[in-house]
Amino acid sequence: MNLRGTWTLFKRETHRFLKVNMQTIAAPALTAILYLIVFRYAMGDRQVPGMNVDYFTFLIPGLAMMTMLQNAFANTSSSIIIGKVMNVHIYLLMAPLSAMEMVMAFLTAAVLRAVIVATVFLLVLTPFVDLSIHHFGLIMVYGVCGSIIMGGMGLIGGMWSENFDSMSMVSNFIILPLTFLSGVFYSIEQLPPFWQTVSHFNPFFYLIDGFRHGFLGVGDSDPWLSIGIVAGFALATVLTCWYLWRIGWRLKE
Amino acid sequence: MTSPVLSVNQLCKAYSNGKEALKGVSLSVPEGSFFALLGPNGAGKSTLINIMADTVLPTSGSIDFLGHDMFSERLWCKGNMGVVPQEVAFDPFFTPREVLSMVCGLYGQKPDMKWINELLERLELAEHANKNTRQLSGGMRRRLLVAQALVHRPRLVVLDEPTAGVDVELRKRLWEYMREINASGTTILLTTHYLEEAEELCDHVAIIDRGNVIASSSMKKLLHEVAGSYLWLRYRDDWELAATDVEALSEFNPRIDDGLLCLTLNRIDLQQSTFHHAYESARLRFGPPLDAGVCQEDLEDVFLRLTREQII
Ligand SMILES: Nc1ncnc2c1ncn2[C@@H]1O[C@H](COP(=O)(O)OP(=O)(O)O)[C@@H](O)[C@H]1O
Ligand SMILES: [Mg+2]
Repeated sequence: MNLRGTWTLFKRETHRFLKVNMQTIAAPALTAILYLIVFRYAMGDRQVPGMNVDYFTFLIPGLAMMTMLQNAFANTSSSIIIGKVMNVHIYLLMAPLSAMEMVMAFLTAAVLRAVIVATVFLLVLTPFVDLSIHHFGLIMVYGVCGSIIMGGMGLIGGMWSENFDSMSMVSNFIILPLTFLSGVFYSIEQLPPFWQTVSHFNPFFYLIDGFRHGFLGVGDSDPWLSIGIVAGFALATVLTCWYLWRIGWRLKE
Repeated sequence: MTSPVLSVNQLCKAYSNGKEALKGVSLSVPEGSFFALLGPNGAGKSTLINIMADTVLPTSGSIDFLGHDMFSERLWCKGNMGVVPQEVAFDPFFTPREVLSMVCGLYGQKPDMKWINELLERLELAEHANKNTRQLSGGMRRRLLVAQALVHRPRLVVLDEPTAGVDVELRKRLWEYMREINASGTTILLTTHYLEEAEELCDHVAIIDRGNVIASSSMKKLLHEVAGSYLWLRYRDDWELAATDVEALSEFNPRIDDGLLCLTLNRIDLQQSTFHHAYESARLRFGPPLDAGVCQEDLEDVFLRLTREQII
């Protein structure tokens, strides 16, 4: 086990985003805050149908989670695609780290970035809103599983892509719609029945719903049951990453 | 006879586009040697090196590295080897000093600052050590890659054209340093297009051409046994051999080099060569030359002759 090597790679992946923290932490947190402000005034004091919360309170955890997911994805995908385009990924391939060690280092750094961005977002809000925490454990489990899943997707997306163009196709046409349409901005109760059913097949729906449950204690699904779905999905993502890295999928000729 | 550090057995590589870059390459690199891997462009040198570096997957064959099977004990092998790939690549987020500490860490070692400073010093990067790698010139980046390959003190260092695009003076100093590294017990395998330098520096050599090894031995042996001598004759400054001339003189493998007609001489026995016969054949065909002489082949001549023979 090359612990020092894994730690070094984790530090590298962490430094990469900390060095440009305006772009990787401040900007996404600000974007989420802007969404919040816009919706606050567009929706007024309206309540979310079927739940005993106002729209503003409902929106906060969803936005926090969406930001986490997008940043976890951005961290791994940008690292891999920059590595591939600049040809520095060969130094990772040459390093004596096993596929599991590589994947672990990448994913932990992605989770760390996601947690930092969400924390910044929530800390900025605390003076202005009354944030309740219903169950901290749920928040952590959903937050971490979600970041692992998206960090893993970023890793796979980065390996699949050949250049920045194909990378941004993946993030704009697959990742963005999935996260936007997963119930950040609405409760699926508000949807027509057909789309309610469809939503149940969107893994991000469970992530955001469970995470929100951790704050508000209300949601569209049972968060304790969904933990199984979410954890299983996270595990499957990790294993897929491990396997793909092991065979050098789209990395080695 | 020293035992090999590396022995490559029947290594084959076919790229996904069907290109067979290695067609059963076997060679062995003795412990402590300074080994030159030579070959024309496209011979497969980088493919072989990249397979060792684990950035290209082999199609078949095996490599034994210090008694470890390279493909089943990958991590051990990677940990004891340092590779400078042909393509210059750099991480734009870090300074040379950070890169070197990081590489140490990836290899599971605590960064040894004294060693890192020595590398920076010797590879003439000390004054750029804290600049962003983006600000380094091409030559500096390549030297940084050399430092990267040495920083974890590997037992085998593999350099794929480390001196391409590096000016003469700097190249000399780089070679000088490589020689020191080699003298301290590290085996070095390198590819280069500077055959004169390879001849001077390296004690072992392999020549590969279109995916096959066409010669592999100690440098001394190659220069003694494979290198022949040739007769050169001056006629006119610019002329070309007609196909019929080549045909007529074919036993001497005739070629024009720098306006001189060159005819390879073979030894009949230790005393006598085919000199007289070659001279007479040329005189009969082209008349008496303005000037003539005999030269011993150096590495470059051997290289050119062997790789040319393959074409015919
Ligand atoms: N990624 C690749 N895909 C297909 N063919 C390749 C690839 N890389 C190299 N080749 C081909 O394999 C042969 C050997 O290339 P290479 O190992 O780079 O030679 P050298 O380093 O000796 O110049 C060449 O014909 C080259 O065109
Ligand atoms: Mg090459």
